[in-house]
Amino acid sequence: MWILLLVPFVGLLWVPFYNSLEPALFGFPFFYWYQLAWVPITSLLIWLVYRSRTPDESP
Amino acid sequence: MADRIDWIALAIFLFFFALVTVMGFFAARWKSGPVSAHLDEWGLGGRQFGTWITWFLVGGDFYTAYTVIAVPALVYAVGAYGFFALPYTIIVYPFVFAVMPVLWKTAHANGYVTAADVVHGIYHSRSLELAVAITGMVATMPYIALQLIGMGVVIKAMGLTGELPIVAAFIILALYTYSSGLRAPALIAFVKDTMIYIVVLVAVVVVPAKLGGYGAVFSAANDAFTAKGGATGLILKPSQMLPYATLALGSALAAFMYPHTLTGIFASKSADTIRKNAILLPAYTLLLGLIALLGYMAYAANIKVSSPNDVVPVLFKVLFPSWFAGFAFSAIAIGALVPAAVMSIGAANLFTRNVWKSYIDPQISHAGEAAVAKIASLIVKIGALAFTLFLPTQYALDLQLLGGLWILQTFPALVFGLFTRWFRAEGLLLGWAVGILWGSWTAWSNGLKPLATIDLGGGSYTFYVGLGALILNVAVAAIATVIVSRLSPDRRRSVIAPS
Repeated sequence: MWILLLVPFVGLLWVPFYNSLEPALFGFPFFYWYQLAWVPITSLLIWLVYRSRTPDESP
Repeated sequence: MADRIDWIALAIFLFFFALVTVMGFFAARWKSGPVSAHLDEWGLGGRQFGTWITWFLVGGDFYTAYTVIAVPALVYAVGAYGFFALPYTIIVYPFVFAVMPVLWKTAHANGYVTAADVVHGIYHSRSLELAVAITGMVATMPYIALQLIGMGVVIKAMGLTGELPIVAAFIILALYTYSSGLRAPALIAFVKDTMIYIVVLVAVVVVPAKLGGYGAVFSAANDAFTAKGGATGLILKPSQMLPYATLALGSALAAFMYPHTLTGIFASKSADTIRKNAILLPAYTLLLGLIALLGYMAYAANIKVSSPNDVVPVLFKVLFPSWFAGFAFSAIAIGALVPAAVMSIGAANLFTRNVWKSYIDPQISHAGEAAVAKIASLIVKIGALAFTLFLPTQYALDLQLLGGLWILQTFPALVFGLFTRWFRAEGLLLGWAVGILWGSWTAWSNGLKPLATIDLGGGSYTFYVGLGALILNVAVAAIATVIVSRLSPDRRRSVIAPS
């Protein structure tokens, strides 16, 4: 599951993939909405890893 | 633009400033603890902040007032390239999730207050500890100065001139930080962040509605960049892609090496608090992305400014009634107080634990540590204030840039030791020195641009100099570790396997 943490790095650091105006969404060029979309996706991925790990021993 | 005083905006500003001042002094009694009896109380708020307080505190000191001014300013000036702050503040969270709970556990188990404490605890090297501590303190100073500059921009926008208002604001800040410690910014962060959220949400709904929608905003910006030419535009030029990606990655790795962000980590109640925050803090990134778009909205609103830093204040003054502009300016100014307070506390903790205690008074009591840190926080703030008053603004910007590069060089010393004991202190120290020297020299010889260019195999690559320095740093540390291990292999190996 920890591999999921690397996904945002790939999605956001591979700049040529998203450096374009089209397809636009709600007036936002692709470059902008694609990066903004990674905010909730990253939260979700971290949450999935969080859920799958064994919890800390209670203090 | 600072032609006359906007009384309504100023009155609202003064109201909120008075409110947070009262809160700042009152904070000493919040979540009660003996503030002056122990550095854990003054410098870490009692190590008891749960998920929501940590969320507001880290959100409040990581996304600073200067960000609200500078990111739209950069986007206004150059377009897409200014957006690197967005990938930067996204990829930082998987890193925080994976690394910071481990750091917290080490710190919590041993009572560490600073990054340099952790480094000394792992490597038992006074020189490496000092290197990390000094880097942290030096990198923080210009960062505090930038917060003052951000506050100065909005104060000027309300029509107040001269340096008196900012000096007064800063003295008040210094006094309640002195008396309440980390509890003050933690409490004020609630007000600051709520205000910033309101301002930004209103702005991103109302402004495009007034200007004809986001499509119109982007096309106005596009027209402006087409007319302007050069390395600007709604998307990156091919030559900007590697700088964009490396700036995002390098900044993300540096972000939680700073004393102020680490103070938020150390002050958390549990490792799980930090994990939950890695999931929740991206909400601020969404906000930052929307704030960045204010730079484009300025084009749609036909705003022309001589200094890009004035974009946000002018936009608010033009598009909103005075009372709302005043509210927004208060949010930004209070937004400067929170990080400035946490930064000075982080730097004061470093000075107390890793300079004063290590070199001057090793037998210092807990109350003595708190007393030294309180005085140190005052000195740090006065230093930053003098910086802004007596040196050109550009110095603060340049030093802040170099500060990011420097703090990134403490990454191997702080992070690697949490996962492996293979590296030797001598190697890490040499790597740190080489990284800082090469990085500073390269940035300096490029006219203090954060980019370096190398020619490799016929191609020329331009990238963030801090990341290049980090790679060099790690390579030197690894080679030196191999050599030192050959020369003196009888090092006492750590018995406890790192988790």
